[in-house]
Amino acid sequence: MTHTPNTGAPPTLPAIPPQQPSPTALGSTTPAPASPPAPPAPPTPRRTAFAEGVDQLRHAATTEPGRLRIIGAVLAALVVAFGAVTAWQMTDRAAAADAVLTSSQPLTSDAADIYRSLADANTAASSGFLAGGQESAATRDRYERDIATAAAKLVNAAANAAPDSPSTETITELNRLLPEYKGLVERARTYNRQGYPVGGAYLRYANEKMQQEMLPAAQDLYTKENERLRADYADATPYPWIAIALGLATLAALAWMQRRTYLRTNRVLNHGLVTATTATTIVLLWLTAGHTLARSHLDDSYDHGVRSLAVLHDARIASLKARGNENLTLVARGAETVKAGDKTLDAYDHDFTRDIDTLAKGLAHAQRLADDDTGEKPVTAAVGNMTEWKKRHAAAREQDENGNYQQALDMVIGAKGATGECFDAVDKNLATALKHEEAEFATAAGDGRDALTGLPTGAAVLAVLGATGAVLGIGRRLSEYR
Amino acid sequence: MNPRSRRGTTKPKGAITLHARHLRARLKGWGGVGAMAAACALAVVFALAVTCTGSVASQAADPHRAGDRTTQAHTADAPRAADDCEAPEKQTLSPSRADGPTITAIKNRPGEKRKLIVGVDQNSYRWGYRDPNSGESGRLEGFDIDLVHRIAEDILGDPDAVQFKAIPTDQRIPAIQDGRVDLVVRTMTINCSRLKDVAFSAPYFKTGQQVLAPKSSPITGYDETLANRKVCTAKGSTAYAKLEEDRGSGDLPASTDISTTVPNQLDCLVRLQLGEVDAVVNDGALAASQAAQDPTVELKGEAFTTEYYGVAMKKDADDLVRRVNQILVDFRQDTATGWQASYTKWLSATMDDDPSASRPPAAPEYLRRS
Repeated sequence: MTHTPNTGAPPTLPAIPPQQPSPTALGSTTPAPASPPAPPAPPTPRRTAFAEGVDQLRHAATTEPGRLRIIGAVLAALVVAFGAVTAWQMTDRAAAADAVLTSSQPLTSDAADIYRSLADANTAASSGFLAGGQESAATRDRYERDIATAAAKLVNAAANAAPDSPSTETITELNRLLPEYKGLVERARTYNRQGYPVGGAYLRYANEKMQQEMLPAAQDLYTKENERLRADYADATPYPWIAIALGLATLAALAWMQRRTYLRTNRVLNHGLVTATTATTIVLLWLTAGHTLARSHLDDSYDHGVRSLAVLHDARIASLKARGNENLTLVARGAETVKAGDKTLDAYDHDFTRDIDTLAKGLAHAQRLADDDTGEKPVTAAVGNMTEWKKRHAAAREQDENGNYQQALDMVIGAKGATGECFDAVDKNLATALKHEEAEFATAAGDGRDALTGLPTGAAVLAVLGATGAVLGIGRRLSEYR
Repeated sequence: MNPRSRRGTTKPKGAITLHARHLRARLKGWGGVGAMAAACALAVVFALAVTCTGSVASQAADPHRAGDRTTQAHTADAPRAADDCEAPEKQTLSPSRADGPTITAIKNRPGEKRKLIVGVDQNSYRWGYRDPNSGESGRLEGFDIDLVHRIAEDILGDPDAVQFKAIPTDQRIPAIQDGRVDLVVRTMTINCSRLKDVAFSAPYFKTGQQVLAPKSSPITGYDETLANRKVCTAKGSTAYAKLEEDRGSGDLPASTDISTTVPNQLDCLVRLQLGEVDAVVNDGALAASQAAQDPTVELKGEAFTTEYYGVAMKKDADDLVRRVNQILVDFRQDTATGWQASYTKWLSATMDDDPSASRPPAAPEYLRRS
């Protein structure tokens, strides 16, 4: 219901005594009340503070000193308002820019690392099983390192997520699943050492937990952190239109006042007003230039940092998935099949083909996004590794199709000339590229944030200075009337 | 007089409007409250209705709750697998060495591909499994694998001319039907329903379903101690079919939860160790191989079925069936490297030292004519 002015419900108007029906009820600022026809003249109705204020102003405006006082007050208010709005809008943007640099981007990277570590740990564990005998020290180290990384990044993510946020829920879930997963893998190892195939069954169970519960949760976390990063960017980059408009209005008012003074007194400069104008101009220029600069750096950090990082992260994850499926093809040994058209294909090998295609697309995209040699070199190298990987994979598959399982195994997890070498090389090159892009991001986003340094405080101080100037300048004129 | 009262007296319409407005304002206040109360009441009623009908529906769907021991009546409509076939283990072709189209096709495979493609298990301890400590990582071994090597040697002249495919329990029949494998040697029970889809060799092993549970468990065997217990079976196994049938007929307590099925029988041991199920029902031969991997579990009670393992092949691969039956004749008779030697090597440690309970019929019958 929209609130219509009180047309006749006395209790809702406590400010006005009931025995004195208000003329404001009929039209608030009409000064002359309708004269009642009854003979006893009623007391003049009490008027609202606003109406009285308007009257006073009208009265004051009839004399020049009065006008000057009003103008002085308005100018000072404008300058102070401009400073305050600038400080407020830029504090928000500076905080968002700082969040991009120091919290949401690192957390997005952390979430990607959590996913990567978990997937890599799982691949390392299944490679260990593939090796049949006891896993090598290198595989074991890799697994342990991945688990340690995931655990550390989870703690960090938990510390930075707001309580009750959906991220916190996901992190809690992952924190619950990680020891569970690790327990299953440890049991698998123990049984494997004893030579019992139930070890393999534990590993399958662990793999299932990883694929069906943990990796989707990690993916979810990554998505959420990415959303947060985008939201921070969206908070940091829009133009502070209100502040700019207010600044222009203030400048216009100051110019008008100075012209008025000049026309009336023939004096060109009023020191106070000049100070106010200068301060306002400085704030407006600083605001526009600082924000434009910050915005350009932030956009740059997004285009050349965040986007490259996302593409590289995705490519790295695709390569991990491909490796995992390559291993599982041999672990499952034809257990799972899919129908593609009229052909029956191995399900894991089918997934491998899909993952390696994703990797190829990701790498091509990353090459397009790379904007300098240092960034492009590792990506180009990774493309080379991937091509070799596909070649070796095809050879290994042929051996497996021909029933030479042991040879196929050697070509996938063997020491020399195996596809494992190619995967490791792809991973290493992508890690290098990620590091480079992360540095680029940090530089650009850091520059963006720094462009806003001191702007809120500076605007506030200058606004106070400008307002003082306006008041003093008008005061100087006023004193001439005393 | 003030303007309002004048308006009130001279214009009764205004007064009515005023009163109406008052009333409306009041109603608005109470109307909101009333509507909210009505909505709450409605929500409560709806929630109650849903829970009630929900529990009724689930009771109807859940035979455990619907009445524990009243399921005897179901016997009549329980699925009967053995409807039109008796002694499924005898429904096979007589042995012969003659090559036919199937064997010729296998022998004519070119180059590296000249191998027998066999579906096996890699998770059945001492039947078909990978010993992580054998030094050779990809090598499968066990009782079933011995038989595979023997078949390959007989048909292709090389015991290692085999391409092993590991297949989950419920994929054994589709794998044969799709031609992904030539034969399946994977602790596969010969039964009537499977005979409709594939052809079997003569039996090469005798076993029966048994219950596996922790030593400390109060479960004593395939009986009423399974009431309110969770039992794990492999998906597509004869064990599951038997449990389903018996629960329908009342031979198994209706409160036994048989919903846990896994791709491979060994996964049941994992679930048992993790406490997710209370018992495993499996062929005695496989249950023994599970018990061999965990000293805290044991077989409970006697075998409650009699089953025979056979080699499964495509339904129309008559020459291969006959050939495998011939190989099995030799396998049984060969005491040096045949059935007895494989039993001693792989199974005597996990099963009985005396193989007589597991030995297939010495003179199998070959009743299948076409």
